[in-house]
Amino acid sequence: MPKARVLIRPKEGILDPQGKAVERALPALGFEGIEHVRVGRMVELEADDPEQLGELCEKLLANPLIEDYEIQPL
Amino acid sequence: MIWGVLQFPGSCDERDALNACRVVGGEARLVWHEERDLAGIDGVVVPGGFSYGDYLRAGAIARFSPAMEAVAELAAAGAPVLGICNGFQVLCEAGLLPGALLRNQDLRFICTQADLLVVDGPKTGLSDGFSAHQQVLSIPMKHGEGRYYAPGEMLDQLEANGQVAYRYADGHNANGSVRDIAGVRNEAGNVVGLMPHPEHAVDPLTGSIDGRQVFEALEGFAR
Repeated sequence: MPKARVLIRPKEGILDPQGKAVERALPALGFEGIEHVRVGRMVELEADDPEQLGELCEKLLANPLIEDYEIQPL
Repeated sequence: MIWGVLQFPGSCDERDALNACRVVGGEARLVWHEERDLAGIDGVVVPGGFSYGDYLRAGAIARFSPAMEAVAELAAAGAPVLGICNGFQVLCEAGLLPGALLRNQDLRFICTQADLLVVDGPKTGLSDGFSAHQQVLSIPMKHGEGRYYAPGEMLDQLEANGQVAYRYADGHNANGSVRDIAGVRNEAGNVVGLMPHPEHAVDPLTGSIDGRQVFEALEGFAR
């Protein structure tokens, strides 16, 4: 069955407190010069009909009001 | 009036919601999430908790339950529907209310008493809007994902339509909600959702009975 990966991210401009928290932790670990950290979600799946993935993302995997998604066939 | 209080795997405030419906003079029964037929029920409470473990996004899975299909029909028919906390998230995910709830801005789970400003709704004939007995309600809230968000244009539209139902009073917007919005209603006014928990504020024993008003404000929509 064809495999795919779906990447889901907070939309541009929406405050991502998780990303901020990660970013703030970095200097304490000695990592400098890293900014604009954003935390999203990855879903891996197998689909008979990859054509339906767009609708699946719109209806369930992502909330299009607050998240962008990207479907990557594997 | 007979209220149905939904119960999903992971709901945790359904008992207090049942009690609140009875305190304001109604009858109430639990509705298991697999029930599709809500005949005999005049209004619905979608309670707080962590439906389906909040997997994926809070409320994302619950919206597909058979009971939510029935709730969508009731809502479309003009029956009162009240979503509290997780129930608010479910109603937003289901498209019955506009907007979305995001992680609190400081990432902390919030558990506190909040002052809410009541915002009058459209006068529909069925209801006198909220014609508040009180304009400020003291109601507890407890959530990790309660930051209300909608895009700017949508917010302007909501405000123009009178769809903002509750705002956090100055200094009480602990989760970072846009424009201090604590709760919204649909255009018809019969579907209302809010993050704070009115069902925990109906008995003098717990310090405030202001939550009763949130339930009473919807009774006018029952047939």
